[in-house]
Amino acid sequence: MAVSEASLDPSVVPAEKAAGTTKKPRRRSVFLRRPFFSLALLVALGFVVCAVFAPYIAPYDPTVQSIEAMMQPPGGAHLLGTDSFGKDILSRIIFGARYALTIGVFAVLIGACGGLVLGVAAGLSTGWLEWALMRLIDSILALPSLILAIAVIAILGQGVDKVILAVGISLVGPFSRTVRSDVLQVKAQLFIEAAHLMSIPRLTVIRRHILPNVFFPLLVQITVRISEAILVSSSLSFLGIGVSPPTPDWGLMIAEGRGFVSFAPWMSGMPGMALAILLVALAIVGDAVREEFDPKMKRAQ
Amino acid sequence: MTKPGTAAPAASPAQGTNAPGTGASDRPVFELLDVEKRFTVSRPAGFLKREKRSLAALDGVRLTVRRGASIALVGESGSGKSTLLRVLLGLAEPSDGKALYLGQPVKEVRAKSRDFARSVAMIYQDARASLDPRMTVSALIAEPLLHFGLCGREAVGERVAALLTRVGLPAEIAGRYPAALSGGQVRRVAIARALAAEPTVLIADEAVSGLDVSTQAQLLNLLRGLKREMGLTLLFITHDLGVASYLCEEIAIMYLGRIVETGPTDAVLSAPAHPYSLALRRAAPEFFAPITDPLEGEIPSPLDLPPGCRFATRCPFVEDDCRSAEPILAPVARGRTVACRHPLNAEDSPVSPQMPAPAVTHAVGSRPGEGAEVSA
Repeated sequence: MAVSEASLDPSVVPAEKAAGTTKKPRRRSVFLRRPFFSLALLVALGFVVCAVFAPYIAPYDPTVQSIEAMMQPPGGAHLLGTDSFGKDILSRIIFGARYALTIGVFAVLIGACGGLVLGVAAGLSTGWLEWALMRLIDSILALPSLILAIAVIAILGQGVDKVILAVGISLVGPFSRTVRSDVLQVKAQLFIEAAHLMSIPRLTVIRRHILPNVFFPLLVQITVRISEAILVSSSLSFLGIGVSPPTPDWGLMIAEGRGFVSFAPWMSGMPGMALAILLVALAIVGDAVREEFDPKMKRAQ
Repeated sequence: MTKPGTAAPAASPAQGTNAPGTGASDRPVFELLDVEKRFTVSRPAGFLKREKRSLAALDGVRLTVRRGASIALVGESGSGKSTLLRVLLGLAEPSDGKALYLGQPVKEVRAKSRDFARSVAMIYQDARASLDPRMTVSALIAEPLLHFGLCGREAVGERVAALLTRVGLPAEIAGRYPAALSGGQVRRVAIARALAAEPTVLIADEAVSGLDVSTQAQLLNLLRGLKREMGLTLLFITHDLGVASYLCEEIAIMYLGRIVETGPTDAVLSAPAHPYSLALRRAAPEFFAPITDPLEGEIPSPLDLPPGCRFATRCPFVEDDCRSAEPILAPVARGRTVACRHPLNAEDSPVSPQMPAPAVTHAVGSRPGEGAEVSA
């Protein structure tokens, strides 16, 4: 490797050219090189657009009931059918995207902030403080995120804001664990010792050298974990302890359709499909982002 | 942990040595007085038992680095070169003995003010790892400039460009990240960063090893030029005798945590007094000649040191009294010291018959290839 690297060097001009030509196509063709990523990104953006412009896109009011239009199969006036109260499923799915994405994004942000603080503190501290922080993280991690979210809901009560908080808290554990391992990894690197050698104050080293190197992997984690947050929040609604019934939430819709699944499968199937498509799209986007940001994976290409 | 600003005016008269001028110029920059660095290692000793033993990475090292000197520190892997460096830089505290910078313990000087950090710059062996991957080249070089307040923010761009030119890099490299640079370019950036603080002492750990020959030559010329122009004190760790002779006027050869021979590079390399120096010298490949006498065996573990002279197990000239007591570093000739009971005589040990002795001088051409050929 040393030979190939150094062989670029002696005359600097060819090295310039080589670097220039390898860099340009990479910047241009992220979307062309990763067709699945582009497709998944479009799908995810579609959900975002639905969420933002829900009142303009949805053909019906998601909460209006109608006895005439009860349990209609997909097609006709109601594209994805209606549920047992005659509410339009397509409209409810479009409005449901709002709740899913809001809960997903904000819960992950809460989890990431908590995880960043806890993880950096645990990674930088030593002695009994590190021990205490690690036991705290371990205790959060000991419970599966759904169980932890249920426990928090049991304390706080129901509602969208409580669900966000519950799911966010349940994500603090995994986030802080990855942040801490990143901090430990960065802390041991030579450029930190070099900064120490320059007598740069400890806090400046943390701000200037450690945090940026921890922050980018964290951004990748955020994109990957949004789908987990959505799944947990939908599970809460499905169990009937998330958001309360008239709200057009996907988990809730799946739960409502459960009793009619043998003769009106679209009632559960449609929101289930929407959930699955969004989760798969987010997972593909997250993977692609991780691969693009990770310098080790990039080099392997 | 006093702030540098408050510490400086409160300095006692004894600290006047820090100031440039009167007594400071003849005082050695670095002094190691019988420095010992021990590490405790534990290893299994039977079932569920561990025994703790202490390992001496440095054992009674004496070294004086005068202002303006250029010293090469040579030795096999595991001889304690890097530990010596860490002690010098204040990254490791000596277990015994003293490490002094301008007559004061390194640790105190470091804690007291930023002067030490500014005057002593380090070039790491792994240049890429010593640069923050999330910073651009210009940010990396600007960091010491701004940290030591060497120029205002508006002048930084200019200074960075000047430093890049100085190490022979094009200015447009400033916006790149280290990952986009080649091995040789990264070393230059590391050198530029070290020079940014306007140091008086440059410590380099294998700064040119593992590079291809032409890049190595460029960097050596660069360092040599810098040494001459800026009057740098240079401490160069290397295992390449050719590099040592090209760049450094003095050489210190280490073996198992001890310095076994010191002296002017030419004299030591052309007529080694210690059998180990001779072995190193002979193990270096030469043009058109087979490697005559490779040194047999591995360096012994510092955990189980042989009794007497540490080199006795591998020494071709070993005698009975070598195994009984350890030799100390003693003067043998002008400016030369050696730790050997039976030092080799310069006439007795011709390094290679075809080599003309007076050829090894620092006047040897500016091309490093030539220097390496003559000396290695």
